[in-house]
Amino acid sequence: MSLTSEQVNKIAHLARLGIDAGDVDAYARDLSGILDLVAQLDAQHTDQVLPMAHPLDQAQRLRPDVVTEENQRELFQALAPQVEEGLYLVPKVIE
Amino acid sequence: MHNKTIAELARGLRGGEYSSRELTGVFLGRIQRHQDLNCYITVAEVQALEAADRADAQLAGGKAGPLTGIPIAQKDIFCSRGIKTSCGSKMLDNFISPYDATVVEKFHSAGAVLLGKLNMDEFAMGSSNETSYYGVVKNPWNLDAVPGGSSGVSAAAVAARLAPGATGTDTGGSIRQPAAFCGITGMKPTYGRVSRYGMIAFASSLDQGGPMTRSAEDAALMLQVMAGFDAKDSTSVDRPLPDYTTGLDDDLRGLKIGLPREFFGAGLNSEVAARIEAAVDEYRRLGAEVKELSMPSLQLSVPVYYVIAPAECSANLSRYDGVRYGYRCADPADLTDLYTRSRGEAFGAEVKRRILIGTYALSAGYYDAYYLKAQKVRRLISEEFQRAFAEVDVLMGPVTPTTAFGIGEKTADPIEMYLSDIYTIAVNLAGLPAVSIPAGFVEDKPVGLQIIGDYFTEAKLLNIAHRYQQVTDWHGRIPQGYE
Amino acid sequence: MQWETVIGLEIHAQLATRSKIFSGASTAYGAAPNTQACAIDLGMPGVLPVLNEQAVRMAVKFGMAIEAEIAPYSVFARKNYFYPDLPKGYQISQFELPIVGNGHLDILLDGEIKRIGVTRAHLEEDAGKSLHEDFHGLTGVDLNRAGTPLLEIVSEPDMRSAKEAVAYMKKLHALVRYLEICDGNMQEGSFRCDANVSVRPAGQQEFGTRTEIKNLNSFRFVEKAINFEVERQIDVLESGGVVVQETRLYDSARDETRPMRSKEEANDYRYFPDPDLLPVVVEDALKEAVKAELPELPDAKRERFKSQYGQDQDNASALTASRELADYFEALVQESGCDAKLCSNWVMGELAGALNRNALEITASPIGHERLAGLLQRIADNTISGKIAKQVFEEMWQGDATADAIIEAKGLRQITDSGAIEKIIDQVIADNPGQVKQYLGGKDKLFGFFVGQVMKATQGKANPAEVNKMLKEKLR
Repeated sequence: MSLTSEQVNKIAHLARLGIDAGDVDAYARDLSGILDLVAQLDAQHTDQVLPMAHPLDQAQRLRPDVVTEENQRELFQALAPQVEEGLYLVPKVIE
Repeated sequence: MHNKTIAELARGLRGGEYSSRELTGVFLGRIQRHQDLNCYITVAEVQALEAADRADAQLAGGKAGPLTGIPIAQKDIFCSRGIKTSCGSKMLDNFISPYDATVVEKFHSAGAVLLGKLNMDEFAMGSSNETSYYGVVKNPWNLDAVPGGSSGVSAAAVAARLAPGATGTDTGGSIRQPAAFCGITGMKPTYGRVSRYGMIAFASSLDQGGPMTRSAEDAALMLQVMAGFDAKDSTSVDRPLPDYTTGLDDDLRGLKIGLPREFFGAGLNSEVAARIEAAVDEYRRLGAEVKELSMPSLQLSVPVYYVIAPAECSANLSRYDGVRYGYRCADPADLTDLYTRSRGEAFGAEVKRRILIGTYALSAGYYDAYYLKAQKVRRLISEEFQRAFAEVDVLMGPVTPTTAFGIGEKTADPIEMYLSDIYTIAVNLAGLPAVSIPAGFVEDKPVGLQIIGDYFTEAKLLNIAHRYQQVTDWHGRIPQGYE
Repeated sequence: MQWETVIGLEIHAQLATRSKIFSGASTAYGAAPNTQACAIDLGMPGVLPVLNEQAVRMAVKFGMAIEAEIAPYSVFARKNYFYPDLPKGYQISQFELPIVGNGHLDILLDGEIKRIGVTRAHLEEDAGKSLHEDFHGLTGVDLNRAGTPLLEIVSEPDMRSAKEAVAYMKKLHALVRYLEICDGNMQEGSFRCDANVSVRPAGQQEFGTRTEIKNLNSFRFVEKAINFEVERQIDVLESGGVVVQETRLYDSARDETRPMRSKEEANDYRYFPDPDLLPVVVEDALKEAVKAELPELPDAKRERFKSQYGQDQDNASALTASRELADYFEALVQESGCDAKLCSNWVMGELAGALNRNALEITASPIGHERLAGLLQRIADNTISGKIAKQVFEEMWQGDATADAIIEAKGLRQITDSGAIEKIIDQVIADNPGQVKQYLGGKDKLFGFFVGQVMKATQGKANPAEVNKMLKEKLR
C-alpha cells in the first residue's frame, strides 16, 4: 500500500503537523512501509470477533457531582505563551 | 554505597549506618561525574536534599517506611510539580509541571528522594533513546550501543549506578527491552495496576508505569509504592494491593512454564537464544516443568500495535498546539500557521511518523480496515494468552532478538526498529504483566529473560524472578567504569 | 410548484450539574475568565477524565421522560478537530453507542397533537469560548465553559414548518426545565439549537439537500432563520440551481442566513472510542432510582389540569408551560380555596400581563401566591368587584401590602347594601330626567350611562350586580 505525497500532505494538514517539503517523500515511503506491515492483518478472519478497546472488562466508574477544584489560574497561566486579562491569546479566528 | 540495592540501602538507613542526606549526596556526585552519559535532563538537587532531610527526620523518629530516604529517579514522562517535565521533547522543553503525577506523589508520601528527571525517547516513542530532543544516551555496557527505549535512560541510569531505582513506562516493551539491553530488572505491571494520572499519555490503552531496578526484590519494593487504585484514573483497577515483598522466596517446584514456539523462530540471535535456554534450564533445576506451546497470533502483534498505538497517540498529542503551554512558534501568521509550525518545529521525526500513521488509520474510509480490524485481532491475541494460561502458569522467552544494537544502526529504517518489538508488544496488547531480568551476556552485552504472567500475578512474577537471582549473579554485575 | 419543508433540530442542553462532566471544576456561570478551568479542562499533559455521576442520571432522566431506550452500555468517543476553544484537540462525545436511543416528544399546534421523533440523545463536553473582540488583532480564549456537560438531543427530520420546529423546541425547553436537568437560559447559552433544513417537491419521498444553521439562541430566531432558509432554498431550486450542503449562520440584524467561512472543508472527525474512559453501564438500580425521581411531566400535568381544574386545552397548556407556573397556580388554588377558573383567569390575565410588561419570570413575581390568594378571596366573597380588584393588584405589585390592608386603607370595599345603592340610584335618576325619558322611550343603550353615573357617584365601589338589578327595576 503506497501513499502519495499528496496524501501525506493531506494527513499532515488534518493533524496540523508541519512537515518540510523535502521530507514529504521520505514520510510517504516510511508510512507506506508501515501500511505494508499492517496489511498482514487483512488475512485474519475477524467477522465474529468483538473489538477489544481495553484489556479491562470493567465499567466506567462514576464520580460524585461535587466541586473539588479551586481557581489556579495564575499557576496555570504562568505556563502560557501569550495571555492577556486572563484570556489565552491566539491569532484571530474568522468565523 | 552506590552499589547497594534499595533493600540494602533501606536497611542501612534504618540501622543508622548513614543518612539519607549522605546517600543522596553520593548519587548527586555520581550524576555530576557521569554527565557524559546524558541520563538526566533535570537534576533536582535542592529538592532532593530537602527531601533527604525530611526523610532523615522520619528515620530518626522511627517513622520510616521501606522507601524512606531512598533516592529514586523519575522518567521525564511523569509530571513533577515545580520541576521541568519535558517528555524528551522540545514541545515541553519549557514546561514546568503545575502538579505531581500520582506515581510521583506516592513516592513523596513514601519518603523517597527525587534525584531528578530522566531522559527518554520523545513522547515515549522509540526503542533506542535516539529520538530524544535532549540527545542520545549511551549504554553503560558499551558506549557505542543504545540503551534501548523509550525508558532506555531509566535502565542506563540504574545500570550505571546513577540511581538505585528508576521509574519507566512500557507501551510496547519500553521497560523490558531497555532492562534487557542494560542488564537490569524491569517490570511492566498489569494494565490498570499503576495509575496513569500525570503520566504523559502516548497510547492510553497500552501505557503502564513500572519499576526499573537492579533486583526483583527492589522491584517489589518500588511496585509496592507505585501500584494501587487511583480515583483520578478511570482505567485504574480497584483491587486490593497484595504485599509484593512477602512470598519472594516461595518454592518454585511444580511451576509450569510455557515456551511459545513463535518466540524462538527465525530472527532470534542464536547466542541470545542459548542464554535464554540456559536460563530456562536453571528453572528446571529449581523444580519447574517446561513445555512448548504454539501461539500463532503473536505474529500479528506488531501490525496490530502499529495501528492502535499511533492512532491513540495521534489524538493524545493533539493538545500540544502552542496555545496554553509548551512550545509556540515565533510570529504565527494565522491560526493554522500557529498549529502547524508549533507542532512541526517541536516534534521529532518519529513522533511525526506516528501521528501521521495514526491520523491516517482513523481517517474517513480507513477506520474499519485499520483501527477496528486491529482492535479485533487484539482480542484474538488476548484470548490466545488466556488459553495458554489455562495450560501453564507463566510464559518465558527472550525480550529482544539481539543484544543492544549500535547507535545509529537502525535509525535509517524505522520498520526494522518496529520489528524488534516482536517479543514484547503482545503483552501490552493483552494488558498482561511481564518482567525482564538479566540472564547473561553475549559479547559483553546483557541479555534479558522475559517472564509473562496472567493478570495481577505480579507477586508471582517477582517471586519467580527473585529465585533465579538467588542462584545466579547476572543482576549483580557492574559495567566497566561505573564501579 | 408545491414545496415541502423538512426540518430536524439538534439541541445542546447544558446539564445543570455543579461540576464538569469529566473534572471537579465548577460550572457556575459568569466567573472571571479561566478561573474555572482546572488542569483536566485545560488539557494539561498527563491528565485524565472521570465521569460525573449526575450527568449520567440527568441523561437517563431525560431518556425516560421521552420514553426512549436507555442504552445499558454506551461508549464515549473522541471527536478530533483543532480549534482554540477545544483544549485537547478533541471533544469527548458519544458516537456509535449513545446513552439514550429512540424516543419522542408530542407537540400541540393549532389544537392538534403531532409526535416528533427523537433519534438519540448523548452526553458530551462543551468547548470553551473564543472572544473575537480585538486583543490587538488576536482572539482571546476563555476555557471556563470547557468541560461543562452537554446533552445533545437529535430529532428525527419530522418537522414540516418553522412553527412546528418552534413548538418542538419550546416543548423540549419546558421539559428539560421540568426535569431540572437544564436551566434553559438561552441568553447564557444553556440551551442552543442547530437547525437542519431542506425542501423537496411535495410528494417526493427523498429528502432534498440540507443545510445546517448553527447556534440559534432564541425561539424567535429559530423561526425567522428557518423561514428565511426555506425561502432561499426554494429560490435557488426554482431558478435551476442546487442547494449546497453547508453550515450557515443566522444574522439577526439582517434577518438572513449566510455560509460560515471556516467550514470550507468538511471535517473528518476520526471518531474512535476514548481509551481513557470505560464503557458506561447503566444498572437497573440507577434506572429505578431515576424513575422514582421523575416529576409529573408536562403532558400528564396538562391533562390533570383539564380534569381536576376544569381548564380547557389552551389554558391547561399555558398553565403547564413551566413547572414553576403550574406550581404557582396550584398553590394559589389551594391557598385561596377559590374557584379554579377565577384563579386561572387572574394568573393568565393580570399576573401574566404584569410579568410580561416587566420582563419577569413567575419565580421573580413580586406578588407571591399567598398574597394573590388573599386578593382572590375578597373577589369571591364580594368584598370588592373584579374591577376594583385590578386596582388593588396594581397597589400590591408596588409593595408588599396584603389585599386586605390596601382595601382598608383606601376604603375600597364594595357597596352592597341595597339601601345605600338605592339612594344613589334614586339620586342619579332624579338628576338626569332627560336621559330617563329617552331610555324609557326606547334608547336601550343609555342603560350603560346610568350604570356609569352610579359607579361615578360611588367611586366604582357599588356592587355591579346589585346596581344592574336595581336600575332595571327602577327604570321601568
